[in-house]
Amino acid sequence: MTDTFQLDGVSVPFEPGQTVMQAALAADHYIPHLCYHPEFKPHGSCKLCTVKVNGRTMASCTMPAEAGLEVQSEIEELNALRRTLVQMLFAEGNHFCPSCEKSGNCMLQALGYDLEVHAAGFRHQYPDRPLDASHPDILLDFNRCILCELCVRASSEVDGKNVFALAGRGNSKHLIVNAESGQLKDTDISLSDKAMQVCPVGVILPKRVGFSQPIGERRYDESPISAQALQDAPRPPSGAKHD
Amino acid sequence: MLPDANPIYGESPQCDLHADLHEIVARHCGEKTNLLQLLIEVQACAGYIPDDAASYIAAALDIPRARIESVASFYSFLHLQPAGEYRVLFSDNITDRMLGNQDLMEQMCRQLWVQPGKVSEDGLLSINTTSCTGMCDQGPAMLVNGHAITRLGSQRIQEIGQLIRNRTPVAEWPADYFKVENNIRRGGLILDNKLAYGQVLQATRAVAPATIIDTIKGSNLRGRGGAGFPTGMKWAACRDAQGDAHYVVCNADEGEPGTFKDRVLLTTQADLVFEGMTLCARAVGAKKGFLYLRGEYRYLLGHLHAVLQRRRDSELLGENILGEQGFDFDIEIHLGAGAYICGEESALIESLEGKRGVPRNRPPFPVTHGYLQQPTAVDNVETFCQAVLALHMGAVAYHAIGTEKSSGSKLISVSGDCASPGIYEYPFGVSVRQILSDCGAVNTRAVQISGPSGICIGEHEFERKLGFEDLPTAGAFMVFDDSRDMFEVARNFVHFFAHESCGFCTPCRVGTSMLKQTMDKVAAGHGTQHDLTEIENLDHVLQTTSHCGLGRTACNPVLHTLKHFRPAYESRLKSLDFEPAFDLDGALARARQMTGRDDAGAHLKENE
Repeated sequence: MTDTFQLDGVSVPFEPGQTVMQAALAADHYIPHLCYHPEFKPHGSCKLCTVKVNGRTMASCTMPAEAGLEVQSEIEELNALRRTLVQMLFAEGNHFCPSCEKSGNCMLQALGYDLEVHAAGFRHQYPDRPLDASHPDILLDFNRCILCELCVRASSEVDGKNVFALAGRGNSKHLIVNAESGQLKDTDISLSDKAMQVCPVGVILPKRVGFSQPIGERRYDESPISAQALQDAPRPPSGAKHD
Repeated sequence: MLPDANPIYGESPQCDLHADLHEIVARHCGEKTNLLQLLIEVQACAGYIPDDAASYIAAALDIPRARIESVASFYSFLHLQPAGEYRVLFSDNITDRMLGNQDLMEQMCRQLWVQPGKVSEDGLLSINTTSCTGMCDQGPAMLVNGHAITRLGSQRIQEIGQLIRNRTPVAEWPADYFKVENNIRRGGLILDNKLAYGQVLQATRAVAPATIIDTIKGSNLRGRGGAGFPTGMKWAACRDAQGDAHYVVCNADEGEPGTFKDRVLLTTQADLVFEGMTLCARAVGAKKGFLYLRGEYRYLLGHLHAVLQRRRDSELLGENILGEQGFDFDIEIHLGAGAYICGEESALIESLEGKRGVPRNRPPFPVTHGYLQQPTAVDNVETFCQAVLALHMGAVAYHAIGTEKSSGSKLISVSGDCASPGIYEYPFGVSVRQILSDCGAVNTRAVQISGPSGICIGEHEFERKLGFEDLPTAGAFMVFDDSRDMFEVARNFVHFFAHESCGFCTPCRVGTSMLKQTMDKVAAGHGTQHDLTEIENLDHVLQTTSHCGLGRTACNPVLHTLKHFRPAYESRLKSLDFEPAFDLDGALARARQMTGRDDAGAHLKENE
């Protein structure tokens, strides 16, 4: 018999060691998220997955599931906070969706649509973040970086390479690459790296294939991010497969 | 001579990084956990961390080169680019501002032909601001190449400018500049203690560790860092946690603007601090302890190392302490390098491990998964001192001091508008009005209790009492009289939080810098009612979704001053019903700078 907690009034079973987010996704309940990725240790930095646990706001991706917790997620108060966080991320970087080759495959954009973010909300910061086009096969467009560290984690934990790292602090925090020249061409990154696949926005891009999949036929054109996230969620082998 | 005579950390004009780098790395045994300490030494030697040194260290420690850049760029005292032979940092707490630091900085910039934040053309110097350096009772203060200078005035600035221009090594500057007074105005339990060093360790030789913890529990001692967690419970949880090793950490990263009590404790009561750590080690079963000292207090290193050595020589540290078989404990000092966030215990532990000081996800907590994921008891400098007194007096006698929920005494760092700024020790339960009267404050408009992250109270609340029941405090007590503009106080604090945000979570990274921009906009006279709404919205997001206490409290200064002093905000607003998105006159700032003009003709007329 497994323990359960309550998510928006529904019983959610969990295995020992699972976080609220992991248990929710496995049980087919969506909680908005950005820096969380099912294959990596929860990070807890974007705060999109903030829920109310017994009245207190917590990041659900790092909050260990416990029997009897009362978790609220799908409430207007939290969605309003999430909209503000999405607006903050849009204002912090330089995000021009209409000309971005990641449009339609971008989690930030998809979350914006799904949470119904209708306006900019804040003055844009317009940071100066030069591109790195030094690598023959890969382009880095730092303008879109949301500092989720997924590429840092993938390169270190899966690829064993440490191509990426974060430098600076506060609002001058930024992504760097592991080379004395500071350029991607002088790292050992390759197209087949996990780090190439995990960027939720449009920072790490393979060259020359940007628009091979037409806009309109892309990932989040098919179904909204809330549905896609559930399809991607890992399920226990014994559990019912989502279709 | 400088008070810091330690050759390891002192600035040395003969330092040759290429010759010394090998030795610096070797001294740290090539340990990754010493990366930050190593970088601090390279910085002290060369004035910055050169590219080739970064590559050499990465290879020697077998870590990715990007990690050097990642760690170094987190700490504001470390530089990856040359930052001048003389790096001048003006302490920029509101108390420094009230004592005129901005005029002094402008004077120095003019004298030496340099712009704030830029390195001079000849590479001689840079001038910038830094967060509170803990000298609020004797400001305005500055750091030059990491050395604290107090009681600045126009004359002293003039002299310093001349010394820099003549390239006089900092070690040869007049000793009077570096003099730090203790300014103890009122003693008590801690400051007037007559204990001999080692006395309480000696007295508790036969006492079982569990009994030590019971006494601390019974004394009702609570952490003095501000949060007030029961110390006995923390030590018990640490002792009970499974691990390969247990650690004791003393948090001397006193970064909260307006606080300087730990500076005075480490100066006058270092033995009490180390005795408290050693007693804690015995209680939790630790063999190793760390004192994490904020970089601003680097000048105390020589003194602290000497006290540690004397204690080792007296069998109070090292192996078989006081002859007790298996009671081994020693203390290592780690330096910070300009990061307020490292005062948060899990960020402090990250920093101790040589990493960026980013607060960890909790749970698990440091008592079970702290330094190197091992059980770790982290306590404030003052808490360790109080623990010694509690064990000396016994639980009942200690519990009797103060109030029901707040036992013992509290050191208060008083600064701002008063006749006698300095350190005051009171039993818990003292009223704000009492302290104001003792420090000679008149016409007081407001008091900021416990620093920017604490609370700001107005005159009608001065009967409130310090203690966990009413006004919890880490010790800062900044006094503002009726000549002060409370909007500017809040704006200074907002700038502080934006500068010190670690940038890990979205709300704090973006929110604190947006809050800063909005406050600046209001200050410049371009604010509207919409901006006050935006401030309140940002406050809400910060408070509810931030990763750690920094973000959650970053909005306090604005919330509290808006509550008590709303007219200070509203008087600055334009009575417009739309928000100007573009500041036409502001856009000409660069042109004015290039042409060296700032007269009326170089500004657009305000048309309202």
